[in-house]
Amino acid sequence: MRGTDYVLKRVFFAIVTVWVALTINFVLFRLAPGTAVTNLSRVPHATQQLRHALEVEFGLDKSKWQQYVIYLKQLAHGNLGISYANQQPVSTNLRIALINTLPMVTVGTAFAIVFGIFTGVIAAWRRRTKTEGLSVSTALAFYAMPTQWLGLMLIIIFAGIFPTAGMTNEFLLNPPFWTHARDLASHMFLPALTLGLTLYGEYTLIVRSAMLETLGEDYILTARAKGLKPRTIVRKHALRNAMLPITTLIALSLGYIVAGAILIESVFSWPGIGRAVYEAVLQRDYPMLQGAFLVLTLSVIFFNLVADLVYFRLDPRITE
Amino acid sequence: MSEATFFVEAPAEGGTSRRGLVLRTLRNQRVALGAALFLAACVLTAILAPWIAPYPLHEQVGPVFGGLSWQHPLGLDDGGIDMVTLLIWGMRVSLVVGFAATFVSMVIGGAVGVVAGYFGGHTDNVLMRITDYFLVIPDVPLMIVVAAIWGPSLFHIIIVIGILLWTSTARVIRAQVKSVRERVYVKRARALGAGHARIVLRHVLPQVAPLLVASTVLTIAVAIFDETALAFLGLSDPSTISLGSIMEHAFERAAISTGAWWAIVPPGVLVTLLILACSLIGGALEDALNPRLRVAHLSARTFRLRPLVGRGKDAL
Repeated sequence: MRGTDYVLKRVFFAIVTVWVALTINFVLFRLAPGTAVTNLSRVPHATQQLRHALEVEFGLDKSKWQQYVIYLKQLAHGNLGISYANQQPVSTNLRIALINTLPMVTVGTAFAIVFGIFTGVIAAWRRRTKTEGLSVSTALAFYAMPTQWLGLMLIIIFAGIFPTAGMTNEFLLNPPFWTHARDLASHMFLPALTLGLTLYGEYTLIVRSAMLETLGEDYILTARAKGLKPRTIVRKHALRNAMLPITTLIALSLGYIVAGAILIESVFSWPGIGRAVYEAVLQRDYPMLQGAFLVLTLSVIFFNLVADLVYFRLDPRITE
Repeated sequence: MSEATFFVEAPAEGGTSRRGLVLRTLRNQRVALGAALFLAACVLTAILAPWIAPYPLHEQVGPVFGGLSWQHPLGLDDGGIDMVTLLIWGMRVSLVVGFAATFVSMVIGGAVGVVAGYFGGHTDNVLMRITDYFLVIPDVPLMIVVAAIWGPSLFHIIIVIGILLWTSTARVIRAQVKSVRERVYVKRARALGAGHARIVLRHVLPQVAPLLVASTVLTIAVAIFDETALAFLGLSDPSTISLGSIMEHAFERAAISTGAWWAIVPPGVLVTLLILACSLIGGALEDALNPRLRVAHLSARTFRLRPLVGRGKDAL
């Protein structure tokens, strides 16, 4: 019973957060200097009438509150406005971009989680050895590197071996499926590796400290006293319990993944949502920027909720 | 210290022994000491930039993307400007942004943490809820949006980074204030008729100040990182040169395809080292100062743990 309470509470929190994000989004862009009308009515001989007509057309004659309600209503219908840059609906642009981003981010994050847990566990288990020192300092170094710079370094190292820009080879016209898949994979290699490496450092450090904490628990001592093999202790007793804080921390690192995606896609010209943000900034394409910000925020909120529910599944005791 | 500490029995209450703890930590942890020395050297270099930069900042002193030589140990950039000069001036701006933004976030986070922890109840609930929301909303996209709307300027960058990085500080400080508030000498001060302002300023703040500094040093790392990210996206002041904008310029002007690695590798290495130094110092200080991280199991071994960010009100 209290379990359902917990789930409902987290869902409610997520919904309120979505509303907060929508409101921030509305307020921020209303604070932008000038309105759409200021720019459009900057033609020679613009009259007061033209200005007023434009204001009515854009709904800017209404009160801020009415504008806010209209904004929420349109969002509920999936209307994010029209991009200044290519005159397409923002939602269409973003859908394409999101589909491009997802595989790259998924591969990179999966690599980071697997590799990070692996090295983190080893570092904790081989405490006070050279293995620990090496894996911790490597992880720290990758953690400290600016994402975009790491991407550039990988370009310098792998230029000529892997493609360094774009998502597909544009000269391949209607390629057979496997050729296309291989092309896509080779283009994805460097961006995904960059994301994977930046996250891997952080995850290793997190996993290591979570493991160190559980390895200090009394039940580990009991397991040892029972004469269990070290491997069994780590896998069945320590890592299982360490997964709780790890889940939470990985969820909280979603913001980093989003930030990483923006920088990495800018470096590698990957036509995803991060690149959409970059181009929207360059072109001052406010509707696009607003839409992309919204999608990024909503996805972080969503995956946080997922992490909360996974956490609950792993440890039903938590009811706050 | 004030008269209120007179009866306190715990060893680490006085200001001097706290300071002693910091010094001891730095002495015991060689890595943190090295990091502190490196950071100090960087700050000194940045302060002395106008006098020690070997060449003028805005003047072409050699060929475009000129290679390494005795006159220019790190080569020249796309405008024929000496890289060493650029790095010194860039570091100056990056550090200014890092420290100033961190100061903003320290003030906000410290205030929120102290108020929430000290007053508790509804105030605490509301403030921690707000912190929760800020924690979930991804800060880099928000920074990008705010910076894009306000327009590129160094001041905006500092404010933007500052007002988005205070959440972790607020949480750590709040937890600490909650425990300090219950200490005997605070209760005595209250019994003697001290007002909230006096208790907070004279009795609570001195106790949490070291932790505030530790958490702040960690924030400097994030602020420097965020500055390079914003600069790389073209959102920093075009007239100032920071480490992030050096990277951006080199990338935009095709330093990589020209083969001029010296225009792009050193600024990144410098940023990495700065972030690393701040993380190591902040981590070591927090290990020493945050009582929640001092976990000693089975007394034989002590595990020093990094903060485990959790959920709910008492999470750290």
